[in-house]
Amino acid sequence: MAPKLPPQHSLQHSSTAVADGQAPDAHHETPKGVMRWLLTTNHKEIGSLYLIFSLIMFFIGGIFALVVRAELFQPGLQLVEPEFFNQMTTMHGLIMVFAAVMPAFTGLANWMIPLQIGAPDMALPRLNNFSFWLLPVAFTLLLSTLLMPGGGPNFGWTFYAPLSTTYAPPSTTFFILALHIAGISSILGAINIVATILNMRAPGMRMMDMPLFVWTWLITAFLLIAVMPVLAGVITMMLMDINFGTSFFDAAGGGDPVLFQHLFWFFGHPEVYIMILPAFGIVSAIIPTFARKRLFGYASMVYATGAIALLSFLVWAHHMFVVGLPLAAELFFMYTTMLIAVPTGVKVFNWITTLFRGSISFEPPMLFALAFVVLFTIGGFSGLMLAIAPADFQYHDTYFVVAHFHYVLVPGAIFAIMAGVYYWLPKWTGHYPHERLAQCHFWCSIVGVNLTFFPMHFAGLAGMPRRIPDYALQFADFNLVSSIGAFFFGASQLIFVLVVVLCVRGGKKAPAKAWEGAEDLEWSVPSPAPLHTFETPPVFHRAQHGE
Amino acid sequence: MHSPWRWLLPISFISTAAQAQSSGWNMPVGVTDISRDIYGLHMTIFWICVVIGLIVFGVMFYSLFRYRHSKGAKPATFHEHTTVEVLWTAIPVLILVGMAVPATATLKNMYDTSEAELDVMIIGQQWRWRYEYLGEDVAFNSSMSTPWEQIRGEEARDEHYLLDVDEPLVLPINRKVRFLMTSDDVIHSWWVPDLAVKQDTIPGFINENWVQINEPGIYRGQCAELCGVNHGFMPVVVHAVEEEEFEIWLAERKEAAEQEAMGVDREWELDELMARGEPVYRAICASCHQADGQGAPPAFPALVNNDQLIDDLDWHIDRILNGVSGTAMPAFRNTLNPVEIAAVVTYTRNAWDSDTGDAIQPAAIAEKIVQ
Repeated sequence: MAPKLPPQHSLQHSSTAVADGQAPDAHHETPKGVMRWLLTTNHKEIGSLYLIFSLIMFFIGGIFALVVRAELFQPGLQLVEPEFFNQMTTMHGLIMVFAAVMPAFTGLANWMIPLQIGAPDMALPRLNNFSFWLLPVAFTLLLSTLLMPGGGPNFGWTFYAPLSTTYAPPSTTFFILALHIAGISSILGAINIVATILNMRAPGMRMMDMPLFVWTWLITAFLLIAVMPVLAGVITMMLMDINFGTSFFDAAGGGDPVLFQHLFWFFGHPEVYIMILPAFGIVSAIIPTFARKRLFGYASMVYATGAIALLSFLVWAHHMFVVGLPLAAELFFMYTTMLIAVPTGVKVFNWITTLFRGSISFEPPMLFALAFVVLFTIGGFSGLMLAIAPADFQYHDTYFVVAHFHYVLVPGAIFAIMAGVYYWLPKWTGHYPHERLAQCHFWCSIVGVNLTFFPMHFAGLAGMPRRIPDYALQFADFNLVSSIGAFFFGASQLIFVLVVVLCVRGGKKAPAKAWEGAEDLEWSVPSPAPLHTFETPPVFHRAQHGE
Repeated sequence: MHSPWRWLLPISFISTAAQAQSSGWNMPVGVTDISRDIYGLHMTIFWICVVIGLIVFGVMFYSLFRYRHSKGAKPATFHEHTTVEVLWTAIPVLILVGMAVPATATLKNMYDTSEAELDVMIIGQQWRWRYEYLGEDVAFNSSMSTPWEQIRGEEARDEHYLLDVDEPLVLPINRKVRFLMTSDDVIHSWWVPDLAVKQDTIPGFINENWVQINEPGIYRGQCAELCGVNHGFMPVVVHAVEEEEFEIWLAERKEAAEQEAMGVDREWELDELMARGEPVYRAICASCHQADGQGAPPAFPALVNNDQLIDDLDWHIDRILNGVSGTAMPAFRNTLNPVEIAAVVTYTRNAWDSDTGDAIQPAAIAEKIVQ
C-alpha cells in the first residue's frame, strides 16, 4: 500500500522543470524567460539548475583533462608548454571537485530530499536560489584567470604554499575570491539541507526511517559546515601573505609552509568524503530497487556513514606522510586511516548481501550502481595500500595516487551521480531514458574508465611522479593507453548528454512508481513530479518500509 | 619497448606481479634493507587485497548470475543478521592489526637516523638539487643534462631521457648516510625509488632521512612534489660506489674545490671565462632563459638584446647574486662560487649577439659577495 498521494489539484498544473520553460503557477504571477530561472525558489527548478551547471562544468573540466592526456600521449613536449600544462592539471582538479561533483550532488539533494521526506520544498527557498547563483559567478571568475596576464592557477588543486603564494601568478587573488564564493555557496546549501531534513520530514517519519540518500546527505552537510570555513581560513591566510605582507606560510618571515598542508588537508580529507557519502546514499537506494529486496543492514549503513564522517577528521595527515612528521604522528595517522577500511567494508558487504538471494535485473541505473560497487572497492583497496605509511613513501605523489583517487571519484562519485540521474530521470521528466543508448553509454564508460586509470597504477609503481608534463621512456606505454582511454571515455559522455536530452523531450511514459522494486516516498507522486508536491504532508506508513 | 596490446592481457599483470621483480610494472625491490622491507609490505597488502577482492567479487558475481529476475528468481526477505555483521566488522580489524605490526616496525627503522657515518645536505632549488657533504667542504649543484632539443623532439631521445644529470650524487655503499633536507624556494621532494627514500625538502625546515646502499650502481629518481614550471625536469641521480672509490672521489672533489678557490684571485681571460660560463649557463640558466637567451616572456625575460642588462653591469650582477623577489629568479650568492658567477655573467654578456667584450673577474664578484 503506497503512502497517500498529495492533494490532486497540483496535478493539473504539472510540468517538468527541465522540459518546458513556462510552468503556470496557481498561486502567483511567475516571471517568464531568464527571470524565471534567476528568481526561482522551487527546489525542483534549482535542482535542475545545479545539475545542468555541473554537467557543463564536467565537460569543461573534462576538456582540461584531455589537454593533459593529449600532451602525455607520448614522451616529449608537443602540444602545450609546461606552464600551461600546470594550469590545466590545476584547473581540471578544481573544476571537477568544486564545480562538477559537488554541485551535482547538491542538485540531486535539491530535487530528491524534499521528495524523499515528504516536504513541499527546501526549508529556506530564497537562500537556495542564492546558493546556486553564487556558483556561476565563482566559476566564471575562476575560469577567467586563464586569460589573465601570467596565466591561471598553476600550483595544483591542492595549492601548496609557498608555490601558491610567494611564487604564484598574479591571478591567484582572483582564484582565492572564486573559492571563497564557491565555499559560501556550499555552506549555505548545506545549512539548507540540514534545516530541511531536521524540520520537514513527513509526520511519522523518524530519523531511522529516512532513505539512506537523505541520511548520507545530512552527514555530508554537517561535514561541509565543519570544514568549508577551514578552507576559507586557509585561503584568507594566503590572501594576506600575497597582498598584505603577512608570513603565515613564508619561512623567510618566520612562517610555516607545513601549516598550510595541515589546514588544507583538515579541510581536504573530509572534502573527499563529501564527494563520496552521497554516492553511498544513491547506490543504497538503487541496489535494493533492482534486487527487489530490502537493503541489508540499514542501521549499520547509517552508523558506518557516521563513523566514516567522524574518522575523516582524524586522518588528514596521511596526505603528508613524507613531509617529515614525527614518528608518533606518522603512526597515529596510519592507524586511523587503516581503520576507515572497516566501516567502508561494512557498506560493501551490505550491498553485496542485499544482492544475495534477491531478484536482480539490470536496468541502466543498476548497471552504474554495480560498476560503482566493484570499481569503488578497487579504489578502496589502493587506498588501503596507501594507508601503510612506509609503503606510502614509495607511492606518494606518483601516478599510483592518481589512479587511486580517480577510481574513487570517477567510477565512484561520478558513476553514482549518473546512476542517480538514470534512476530519477523518469520522476523528473515522466519518461524512461532510452534503454539501448544508456547501455551503450554504460559499456563505453566502463571500458574507457578502466583503460584510462588502470595503467596509472603501473606507471606510478614503476616510478612516474604526478603533475609532470613529460616523462621518461619507460612510462611511454602506460601513458599511451591512458590517453587513448581518456579520449574514449570523454567521447562516451556525449552519449549521456544525448540520452538526457532525448529523455527530456520524450520517450516511453513512466508511471508514478517507475521501477517495480522502488519503495521510497518520491515514487508516490506522479511522474513527472509536478512543480509543487506534498503541499499537504503525506502520512508516512512505516509498515511499507519494512517494520 | 613493449607492444601496447600486451596491456589487454590481464594475465600478464598477474604473472608479472607474481614474479615480483622490478619489471617496470611494479615497485622496484631496491637496493637497501628498508626498500626490501617496504617492497615486502607492499606485496603483502597487495595480496591481502587480491584475496578479499576475489571473495567479495566472487559472491557478488555469483549473486548477479544466480538470482536474475529474468530467470524467475524470487527475492528473500531477510535484511539483518547480527552475527554476520559483527563478523565482517571484526575480521577486517584483525587483518588490519596484522598489517599494522610489520608496518610499524619498518617505520620505526626508517626514522632511526642515528649513528650515521656521513652527512649529506640536500637542498631543493627551482629546478636542480644542491648537495653538500657536511664537514668535507665539497658541495655542488646537480641539474638535468638531457638537452632541450630532445624534449622538443628535435633530437633522438637517449636511454636515460629526463633522468640524467650533469653531476650525480656520489655515495659509498655499506655506510649509513644521513640526509639533511631543505629547500631554498618552494617545496620539492627528493625521491629515488631504488633507495625507497622520498622526503619533502621544505623551506625553513630541515628533514632527516637515511640510506645504506647494499649494491654499487646508478640509481635514478625525480622530484616528486610539484615545484613550478620545470618540476618535470628535476631528476635525481645517485651513483653508489665502493668505499675506496668514494674516498678517492671525495679527495679529488676537495682538490678541485681548492683549485677553483685559488682561481678567484688570479686574472681570467675572456675566452677562459666564456668556456667556464657556458656549462654553468646550460645547467643553471637555460631551463628558464632558454639556451639561446630568448627567455619566455613575460615570466622569464630575454637576455638577448636586453638593454638594461647590457648597460648596467652592477644591476646584472646584483640580479644573479640576490635574485629578484616575487619572481622565479633565485639568489645565487650561496649556491654558485665566484668563478662560476663571474663566468656566467661574462657568458651572458658575450654569447649570442651580445658582444660587450666584458670579462668579469672572479675577484670582483668575491668582493661583492663579502659586502
